[in-house]
Amino acid sequence: MSSTVAQHATTTNGINRSAIRWVGYKTIVIREFGRIIRIWGQTLVPSAVTATLYFVIFGSLIGRRVGNMDSVPYMQYIAPGLIMMSVITQSYANVVSSFFGAKFGKHIEELLVSPLPNWLIISGYVTGGVMRGLMVGGVVTMVSVLFAHLQVTNLPMIIAAVLLTSIVFSLGGLINAVLAKNFEQVNWMPAFVLTPLTYFGGVFYTVSMLPEWAQKVSYANPILYMVNAFRHGFFGTSDVNVSLAFTIMVLAALVLFGSALTMLNRGMGVRE
Amino acid sequence: MHALSVRSLVKTYKNGVQALKGIDLDVEQGDFFALLGPNGAGKTTLIGIATSLVNKSSGTLSIFGHDIDRDLEGAKACVGVVPQEINFNMFESPQTILVNQAGFYGIERHVARERAEKYLKELQLWDKRDKMSRSLSGGMKRRLMIARALMNEPRLLILDEPTAGVDIEIRRSMWEFLRGINQQGTTIILTTHYLEEAETLCRNIAIIDKGQIAERDRISSLLRKLHTETFVLSLRKELHAEPNLEGYPVRLVDDHTLEVEVSKEQNLNEIFIRLSGLGIEVLSMRNKVNRLEEIFMRLVEARGEKANAARGARS
Repeated sequence: MSSTVAQHATTTNGINRSAIRWVGYKTIVIREFGRIIRIWGQTLVPSAVTATLYFVIFGSLIGRRVGNMDSVPYMQYIAPGLIMMSVITQSYANVVSSFFGAKFGKHIEELLVSPLPNWLIISGYVTGGVMRGLMVGGVVTMVSVLFAHLQVTNLPMIIAAVLLTSIVFSLGGLINAVLAKNFEQVNWMPAFVLTPLTYFGGVFYTVSMLPEWAQKVSYANPILYMVNAFRHGFFGTSDVNVSLAFTIMVLAALVLFGSALTMLNRGMGVRE
Repeated sequence: MHALSVRSLVKTYKNGVQALKGIDLDVEQGDFFALLGPNGAGKTTLIGIATSLVNKSSGTLSIFGHDIDRDLEGAKACVGVVPQEINFNMFESPQTILVNQAGFYGIERHVARERAEKYLKELQLWDKRDKMSRSLSGGMKRRLMIARALMNEPRLLILDEPTAGVDIEIRRSMWEFLRGINQQGTTIILTTHYLEEAETLCRNIAIIDKGQIAERDRISSLLRKLHTETFVLSLRKELHAEPNLEGYPVRLVDDHTLEVEVSKEQNLNEIFIRLSGLGIEVLSMRNKVNRLEEIFMRLVEARGEKANAARGARS
């Protein structure tokens, strides 16, 4: 009985919905990948340049005077944070610019009139954001091995942390794009929220260095948990409880996905 | 089963404007249907709801039996839409746009590429397939939107002013193309401001005015309702005074042009006999305005007068 219902749901009136959804999802992903590659000078190169500058200035020049951080040479300590910082900013930037560009140019309507459900449209854009996050993260990792020795303690943890972080910020970028009415509002979040949270998220220092009140404030910053979970995969050390960090990342992903879906289902920012 | 079935459809925008005031409308399968109305009448809102770009306030709408409240995906899978405004990615090539659009409807890329080639060739865009779309001319962009709407081979094709701003030669070639698509079985709903376009292409018509259906009929039946028509006659020789054609109101526009009003009970043969009797030679003849346009204007004006009278009575 249940299989009959399922079959009816997927093949009403000769329309094979599963096939439509799978091909539709692939098409969004291929289109997003094509966009990342087409404008590689904007999407892939700047992060490599920025990471190199960070390593040269903070790692090599200033880092020598800093010495060790959390029993790890400073150059080595900031490497996971810098990788994660590029993953966060690039995942976010990819989805916010791609989705808002589609909204601004009205070609988001190509998707809205198609039979693809909103959860699939979100998944396609998020996959695009994750792709760019991982590609840029890979480039920054290659740059970082030129400057620092990166030991790997727990590879599954590294992969899980980077994937979840990328998903969370891709979803954040999508929500920003849905709500934004102009380009100024697209730039507002990265400039005034994302960048400060990232810089105060334990990329360049351990929170144990901070006064107690600042430590308490830092623990309210979700990026601190992401960076530390990722760093734990390399060095086995962390400022936060790693289980709590993963719980926060999963919950953030679920809440943001639910919010994005509700917004699109209501037509917020995309339908009248 | 109707291609489109609308019942008590209401749309009130956030600013309080009621664009649709409880519309009922059926469009038969295989029809070539004209949806006319002045600017702001509610045509684009109706199309927006049918294509899920506008949320309705109340009422029902179904496409080939798929109710948009219960089976939106099924309804969307049956439709292709050519919107009023250009809405493709200007930085992508026509071929990429078409192949991606097909993908959004679940069509695999190898099939999509074949279809893209077919429609790009039929709409004379094949040479431009790899160019960036923003470099296309206005007419090419319109044709690209038609090609895109056909990629899922829709059962219902909705065209919202598809020939706006297109030169007459391209417009006529687009008419031929659309006629062919309709003859192959695709139901077409067309909104246009070119009433000649509706009269040439469509079999049935609905006129929307102020969010309500003012008229819904076969175009031929509607045209029969026209009581008088004005014809413009071009004369071979100069004429300095209006000739006396008893029973036919006449106006001399200039020394070579005459306007004659003819009612449904009268006939043109009689006019020509009388003109010949007066030694006046006619070189050519045309309707003063498009017949559909005349009906349209009369309907809209009559509704405007009624509304004013009602307001006057209330105050």
